[in-house]
Amino acid sequence: MAQTNLLARWREKKDLAKLDGYKLAGGFRALRKALIMKPADIISEMKKATIRGRGGAGFPAGMKWSFVPPGEGPRYLVINADEGEPGTFKDRALLSEDPFRIIEGAVIAARAVGLTAGYLYVRGEFFEIAQRFEKAIADARKGGYLGKNILGSGFSFDLFVHLGAGAYICGEETALLESLEGKPGRPRLKPPFPAVKGAFARPTVINNVETIAAVPMILEMGGDAFHALGVQGDGGVRLFGLSGHVNRPGLYEFPVGKNLRELIFEDGGGIVGGKALKGVIPGGSSTPILLPGEIDVAMTCDSMRNAGTMLGTGCATVIAEGTCIVQVALRVARFYAHESCGQCTPCREGCAWMAATIERIEKGTAELRELDLLLEMARNIKGRTICPLGEAAAMPIEAFVTKFRDEFEAHIRAGGCPSHVG
Amino acid sequence: MQLAFSADNEARIGRLLAEYPDPKACLLPALYIAQEQFGYLTHEVMELVAERIGLPPGEVLSTATFYSMFKKRPTGKYHIQVCGNVSCFLKGSDRLMAALEKMLGIRDGETTEDGLFTLSTVQCLAACGTAPALQVNDTYHEEMTPEKVVALVNRLREEGR
Repeated sequence: MAQTNLLARWREKKDLAKLDGYKLAGGFRALRKALIMKPADIISEMKKATIRGRGGAGFPAGMKWSFVPPGEGPRYLVINADEGEPGTFKDRALLSEDPFRIIEGAVIAARAVGLTAGYLYVRGEFFEIAQRFEKAIADARKGGYLGKNILGSGFSFDLFVHLGAGAYICGEETALLESLEGKPGRPRLKPPFPAVKGAFARPTVINNVETIAAVPMILEMGGDAFHALGVQGDGGVRLFGLSGHVNRPGLYEFPVGKNLRELIFEDGGGIVGGKALKGVIPGGSSTPILLPGEIDVAMTCDSMRNAGTMLGTGCATVIAEGTCIVQVALRVARFYAHESCGQCTPCREGCAWMAATIERIEKGTAELRELDLLLEMARNIKGRTICPLGEAAAMPIEAFVTKFRDEFEAHIRAGGCPSHVG
Repeated sequence: MQLAFSADNEARIGRLLAEYPDPKACLLPALYIAQEQFGYLTHEVMELVAERIGLPPGEVLSTATFYSMFKKRPTGKYHIQVCGNVSCFLKGSDRLMAALEKMLGIRDGETTEDGLFTLSTVQCLAACGTAPALQVNDTYHEEMTPEKVVALVNRLREEGR
């Protein structure tokens, strides 16, 4: 399967991040088209495209757009640029390399759904990227592509950058809304869903950066053509990432359905130092690890779920033989314990307990029975929290312990990491 | 002395208020502006923000303490944050931290006596494809090695004098 450059156009085209360069690359053609289309027809193209949300949950974006009830008054677009799922680094590239396409996608989304203003919620660590994005927004406004009476169409929409401040939980859509409103990022109970009552208690569409970046392309080629690039029910191309012990780490773009083994061993050049593969975390640290025998799988939302994991953000972390899996599990557990917002008891207490238990296993001061206790803790978090952070923390730990139980037991028996002991 | 925003920052906050339907939504950006002007967020600074935005001080405190990027105590001129998450760990981030601790003579979470450097571990910076990564204030440094870290600190020491 050959790489495509439909999203990652910066590999072929120069100066995309400048307004002139973007226009030269055919920029704003889709917007001009959208401005004369009926809003319902734009949503229909998005539905035909069957683009599954690129933030990790994989919800069909066209469907999300259609949930916003008709009516008057302010309605908002929120673009989730809080990229924080460990292992994920795709939105950062889109934001830096092709900002105008995100702006164009935002205006088209606004026109389709009838939204009055938008916020790009960028994680605080991307401060320098956010500053450049603000410049792009200012240039787009000057060019008449954003603001009042866009391209003389009578349609108005403006976009603002809102900087987060170092909280992973704000990638969860309702926590993000709380944060946008100036509050601590504690997820809200659903329903009401954001489509009905979102930002500032108004109807709101929340999409990931990559989803919005794909919108102009969908409108230009048509929803059916975009769908046909991928697989039935999971359309288009998407960015895939490789990190960890792989010879060629970085971003790749392929049609949805790319084979994971092929991505790692052909495109990624295999494992560093010719070592054997130990496991792959396929789509961000919350997605359960796959063993070498489990990676011959198409990267679609559904087939990854059938393989017992999730496609997540499409950014895989590759782990070579010789790596201590207890150490990896500890990093993951510590992360979620650190990032739990503290609102729900099973997550607040459970994540901290899981991290503390794995820490003792790693140090060699735990007892064998604690392994089952660890699994029990994970099971008791799942399904008992307001937001999916509980699942995100529990699922990977369950997989590490279940699939590498020998290694956990060896740590307990040896009184520490067998590779460091004796 | 009564704290006050500079004229420039006062104008920035004024512009922010026009970007949101609810002034409360200006809180995060206003806290960033305050942090930029005063270095870190003391109770007095948070009270100033509360007054300017029109919020009870308790709400400002609640929000400011939720987010790790709002500093509640002074940090060094250069805040070095090393990612310790999985992808960076696999590519040797522990060696970067060890090299920094040795060179700066401080531990993770501490600040050098001369106030030049603060060292800390940070969660995933979304630079996994170019791991290991670290940040010096707002700037990313990727594909780092212990040798590159030594050169970076030496350069910052020169510049920071």
